Amino acid sequence: MKQVNKKLDKRQRWQTKISGGNFVDKFHAYRNHHAQALFSSLGRLVASRFSSALTIIVLAIAISLASGFYILVANLQQLAGSLEASNQISLFLKDEVSEARANKFANSIKINPDIQDVKVITKEQALSEFQVYSGFGEAIKTLEKNPLPMVIQVLPKKSLENERALEALLDDLGRAAEVDFAQMDMQWVKRLQSIMEVARRGVTLLSLLLGAGVLFITANTIRLELYNRRDEVVIAKLVGATNSFIQRPFLYSGFWIGFFSGVTAWFIITTIMLILKQPVERLSGLYNDGFHVLFLGFTETLALLLISSVLGVVGSWIVLHFQLRQLKPE
Amino acid sequence: MLKFDNVSMRYPEAGDVLRNVSFHLEQGEMAFLTGHSGSGKSTLLKLIAVIERCTRGQVLLDGQNLNQAKDRHIPFIRRKVGLIFQDYKLLQDRTVFDNVALPLVIAGYGHHEVSRRVRAALDKVGLLGKEKKYPAVLSGGEQQRVGIARAVVNKPPMILADEPTGNLDPELSTEIMHLFEQFQQVGVTVLIATHDISLIAKMNHRVLKLDHGQLVAS
Repeated sequence: MKQVNKKLDKRQRWQTKISGGNFVDKFHAYRNHHAQALFSSLGRLVASRFSSALTIIVLAIAISLASGFYILVANLQQLAGSLEASNQISLFLKDEVSEARANKFANSIKINPDIQDVKVITKEQALSEFQVYSGFGEAIKTLEKNPLPMVIQVLPKKSLENERALEALLDDLGRAAEVDFAQMDMQWVKRLQSIMEVARRGVTLLSLLLGAGVLFITANTIRLELYNRRDEVVIAKLVGATNSFIQRPFLYSGFWIGFFSGVTAWFIITTIMLILKQPVERLSGLYNDGFHVLFLGFTETLALLLISSVLGVVGSWIVLHFQLRQLKPE
Repeated sequence: MLKFDNVSMRYPEAGDVLRNVSFHLEQGEMAFLTGHSGSGKSTLLKLIAVIERCTRGQVLLDGQNLNQAKDRHIPFIRRKVGLIFQDYKLLQDRTVFDNVALPLVIAGYGHHEVSRRVRAALDKVGLLGKEKKYPAVLSGGEQQRVGIARAVVNKPPMILADEPTGNLDPELSTEIMHLFEQFQQVGVTVLIATHDISLIAKMNHRVLKLDHGQLVAS
């Protein structure tokens, strides 16, 4: 009897120790395990540096394509944004029309209640303006004859917002005998803006596509890693590891892959922008435009790194979710 | 501690592997599970480790019905059972210390507690001083003792061993069996699957014999 009691005593001691360790101790252990998973996954990435580098470069190219188009559109937008969408109409007069006749014609237009202001630009004014702004000053000086037509700039009333009314006015003015060609400035600004809209949407779609690519490439990388370490996973399962315990280092691997791809993509884009900066700014200088090449800003860089890291984690989570339960002990 | 109640197991491709198996192991009891290859020994162990679930009947471990356990509860059931394998199943790229520490790390023990318990377990199996070695440089008997240390380090109420001496010579086998007896003496339930009849004969313990899926002696 005494023997049995002694056995039970010992047995009870075994049991109480099963859930041993106090709360603070467990919290530290949990935190340590996270840190350990974070750095051991980094260590594994470094240990297999050739294959890691291949994966990361492929991902970085995909990410830099998406963000490269983004920064391209952002730069073009800056260009389009500096153009004011005014309702101004330009009337290019026929070559044979004299200055006096042009002034008379301008005064006749002014009577129209839809028109706010009219301004005549003579051939000489047009030429000197063109010399200053076009960058072809020297070339123009060699011309024997001024090739530019006389222009009347017509500013319709603000109240004339209706596009149809504007176009009717444009048609009306274009039919006059003195006018060679009538053009609404707003039209091509509008065209440019709708081209920008198409480009923006294109970038969004392209980014989604490339993002999905990043997701699946990471998923496949993690699937391979899981396959290579399946013995370890099975043993961990047999000694009572939960799925979240087993998952953790793989999720951190996904995070590192995504994060380093983001960093590499940032360097790729910044290098390309640095190479393009000088010629682009020289070109824009020729047009006397205050255009400056935009780089990835702080927020954009942060977003780039965040998105690529999240894609890495989500990609590995997808694989773990479907493949981990299939890895069964035998 | 462990109770089989009319347990049957049928695989779609292999038919009935276990038929109406019933037995009861008390706390602190040690028993051998024997029978020729294909008698259902491995399947019976798989049911206890919840690697498989029986098609009929009930398996109760520590009062818990394993058939009704949800998938997310399985890891916690496995923590109550120390598993020992014929092929040791050690992680070759980890040291002896890390191998033994695995169940404790999984259970979330702090660093000091892990260190203390791993040393105690290694001391118990006579491997203190080999913590920093890798399994590949150890002999078969030593590797199996690492496996045993890993199985008992979390102090589970039950130990399951599947052919633990299958790869060892008779002398080492006897040593390992004495180790199991020591765990039994402190109240651990031990179930050892083996077909080593001579070894069983030398030791005075209960024997469960399976033949074509049926329990013919208990």
